[in-house]
Amino acid sequence: MKTCLVVDDSRVIRKVARKIVEDLGFACEEAPDGKAALDQCRKSMPDAILLDWNMPMMNGLDFLVTLRAEQQGKRPVVVFCTTENDMAHITQALRAGADEYVMKPFDGDIIGSKFAEAGLV
Amino acid sequence: MLPENKYKFLAAEVKKRSGLVLRPEKGYLIESRLAPLARTEGLAGPEAVVDAMMRGDQRLCAAASEALATHETFFFRDKTPFDLFTEIMMPALRTARSTRPLKIWCAAASTGQEPYSLAMLIRETGGLSASILATDMCAHVLEKAKTGLYSQFEVQRGLAIQRLVKHFEQSGDSWRVKPELREMIRFEPGNLLDDFSRYGQQDIIFCRNVLIYFDVDAKAKILDRLAALLAPDGYLVLGAAETVVGLTDTLKPVAGQRGLYVRADAAQKPARPASVVAA
Repeated sequence: MKTCLVVDDSRVIRKVARKIVEDLGFACEEAPDGKAALDQCRKSMPDAILLDWNMPMMNGLDFLVTLRAEQQGKRPVVVFCTTENDMAHITQALRAGADEYVMKPFDGDIIGSKFAEAGLV
Repeated sequence: MLPENKYKFLAAEVKKRSGLVLRPEKGYLIESRLAPLARTEGLAGPEAVVDAMMRGDQRLCAAASEALATHETFFFRDKTPFDLFTEIMMPALRTARSTRPLKIWCAAASTGQEPYSLAMLIRETGGLSASILATDMCAHVLEKAKTGLYSQFEVQRGLAIQRLVKHFEQSGDSWRVKPELREMIRFEPGNLLDDFSRYGQQDIIFCRNVLIYFDVDAKAKILDRLAALLAPDGYLVLGAAETVVGLTDTLKPVAGQRGLYVRADAAQKPARPASVVAA
């Protein structure tokens, strides 16, 4: 079973996202910030990461840059999922190595569509 | 639920105007589509809309027919037709249309996602000029299509983020298709039941997910007229649930390519064009 790490500081968003990615056939792990997500990736690299931008400790962009520089860090498909919905943020995320980008608010159709674009489903 | 006589009147009126067949099992559509219309018109509900139509309100008859048509669509809907466009149609017609623009007709363009998706593919492929005609019987969806303006929700269905960055500009909370794509497309109201020969010969016709709403007789006639407008080496694309089989002898399916049709008198084409040419 493919694994997806949901990284978001909102417990509610994580719960909603978990339900959606589980319905798409993924085993789901959660992390409340970039630092915890990095620790988790170093233990076990997931196939997909659904990533918030603004979080305490370490934000999504810093997490992504750090992840991509690591040995196995190019492997996961990273889908940003954030309220930062302007062109400048999107291009910054893509340059840092994001594969897809979801602008909040989202629903199951959008996550499904974006996971399909990224070749995950 | 509408009383029998009012339902019959509505069904006949809608069929006359748009060809749309209102099936009894889709009765819920009447409620869900006519209730908003009733509200904007200041009428009590769907039945009051039909009453006004029966009194001869022509404007309301047209509005109700439009409201009952299905406009749901999204960018690169169903994916396969767009793969066929890139992998089969464009390569096959590239050489033959090197001296004039490729003529493409989206015959049920709705809110425009289909013609814009094709325009993106043409632009990304490069080296091919094309003019796209996009028609729909419903004037108000075409107005939206023409603006090229889509909500954040709409640009996230079927559209890869790289394509959003490449082909759109942000406009407040919405996203607008870039001018170079909008310039490739001409939007025009058009009803498939009417004579459409004035559009002239077409190289590629996309007519997806609209024939399913017509009865057999109307389907057959429309397919014959589409075939007559198609270039001898042109392609017709239908929706996944649609076919020409049993309806017309003027078109034939392309073997192994779901939803893709050519004229029955077309020369046999290879399933896939040779992608490698010996130097």
